[in-house]
Amino acid sequence: MKEKRRKAQKIIFNSEKEMPIAPMSLGSMTFNLTGAWRNIRPVIDLDNCLQCGICWKFCPDTAILIENEYPVIDYDYCKGCGLCAEECPAKCITMEEEIR
Amino acid sequence: MKKPRTMKLSLPLEEYMNPGHLACQGCGATLAMRYVLKALGQRTVLCIPACCWSVIDGPFPYSSLDVPVFHCAFETAAASASGVKAGLEMAGDKETTVVAWAGDGGTFDIGLQALSGAAERNDNIIYVCYDNEAYMNTGIQRSSATPYGAWTTTTPVKHFKDQPKKDIVAIMAAHRIPYIATASVAYPEDLFKKMKKAKDIKGTRFFHIFAPCPSGWKSRPEDTIKLARLAVQTCYFPLYEIEWGEKYILNIKPREKKPIVDYLRLQGRFNHLTEKEINLIQEEIDRNWHRLLRLCLQPEEKPTA
Ligand SMILES: Cc1ncc(C[n+]2csc(CCOP(=O)(O)OP(=O)(O)O)c2C)c(N)n1
Ligand code: SF4
Ligand code: SF4
Ligand code: SF4
Ligand SMILES: [Mg+2]
Repeated sequence: MKEKRRKAQKIIFNSEKEMPIAPMSLGSMTFNLTGAWRNIRPVIDLDNCLQCGICWKFCPDTAILIENEYPVIDYDYCKGCGLCAEECPAKCITMEEEIR
Repeated sequence: MKKPRTMKLSLPLEEYMNPGHLACQGCGATLAMRYVLKALGQRTVLCIPACCWSVIDGPFPYSSLDVPVFHCAFETAAASASGVKAGLEMAGDKETTVVAWAGDGGTFDIGLQALSGAAERNDNIIYVCYDNEAYMNTGIQRSSATPYGAWTTTTPVKHFKDQPKKDIVAIMAAHRIPYIATASVAYPEDLFKKMKKAKDIKGTRFFHIFAPCPSGWKSRPEDTIKLARLAVQTCYFPLYEIEWGEKYILNIKPREKKPIVDYLRLQGRFNHLTEKEINLIQEEIDRNWHRLLRLCLQPEEKPTA
């Protein structure tokens, strides 16, 4: 999944001739690393994780991946909405200040 | 770290919505799309009129969705979907699900006649209205889906909205279409199940999905799911299905009905309301809820005249 995301790039037309005749989409938005919007960062304490997947289920940015049966946050895209932390039944996700 | 158990997810892992999209933090409309596509799968075409979703998806030449999207004019979601469906059928494709995906403004207001036309013809499409209760894309103007009491930029605090929310589901039920469902982003498993069911039904299918909008409701982004859940638990937005405009099925009956004030107090758009107005809202909810419970009674349970 992460691999597929990494390949995304911006599409640039050098002239009108390179534009498709019909306005159709040619690429994915995954080049747009929305992690830059974030000012608070979710951090999962996996020791207390129940592996319930609720954080994954409610992420509006599909920024939580499942790897080795645990949730992993993709900080390239996480916008820091805090929904995962709010909904986690084990309260094992904390929102920490983003330091850039 | 503990020894990994296998995770049991309540929804399929496949995603048709990618990150990088342009929705605000905590957007309910985005979750609605994510769950609907999980249920409908790859062979789906979306017709999206002007609304937040036409922005969320991304600008030309990009898209955040792994299914084709046809961007259409504001009032034409249903007509466009009918046309796409007819075109696909002429080309021999009877399998692809065609979905009209519009906001509440595009459904309750400007797109209503196109929707009524498609429903009257019983065109073979799924119409999804994600309801964020105002024209959000253009800066939070009131729509006929905006509830009584709410602040919007066209219903400022001094002149907050004085009319109740239009009952779009009753309007659609009056068309006697095969399937209608209300759904909520706080109950994705229920939404998923009903969307799967709708996929196999022929004719016009209508979904009304409750989708909180932190930017327009002046709520905290992390409260999106809590708000959607409270809307169901207070019976403000009940989850039910209607078959052929007649058979009502209640999906979730809250164990105890929560007071609406719990829901209102989490949203800046209701900050100005006094006890008097809150009581009016509560009374209207109680009336609507009892009406729905009556409609959900099976014929044999109904009192005889
Ligand atoms: C014919 C026409 N009138 C007005 C507009 C401007 N417009 C674009 S989106 C929009 C509001 C959409 O509201 P809604 O359908 O509720 O979707 P939301 O933005 O809330 O998701 C308006 C008024 C337009 N694009 N076309
Ligand atoms: S903070 Fe929001 S965007 Fe980030 S992982 Fe959690 S739910 Fe997803
Ligand atoms: S919601 Fe919390 S407990 Fe459940 S999988 Fe996510 S981090 Fe673990
Ligand atoms: S304005 Fe509301 S509906 Fe539109 S993208 Fe933002 S949160 Fe979502
Ligand atoms: Mg709207």
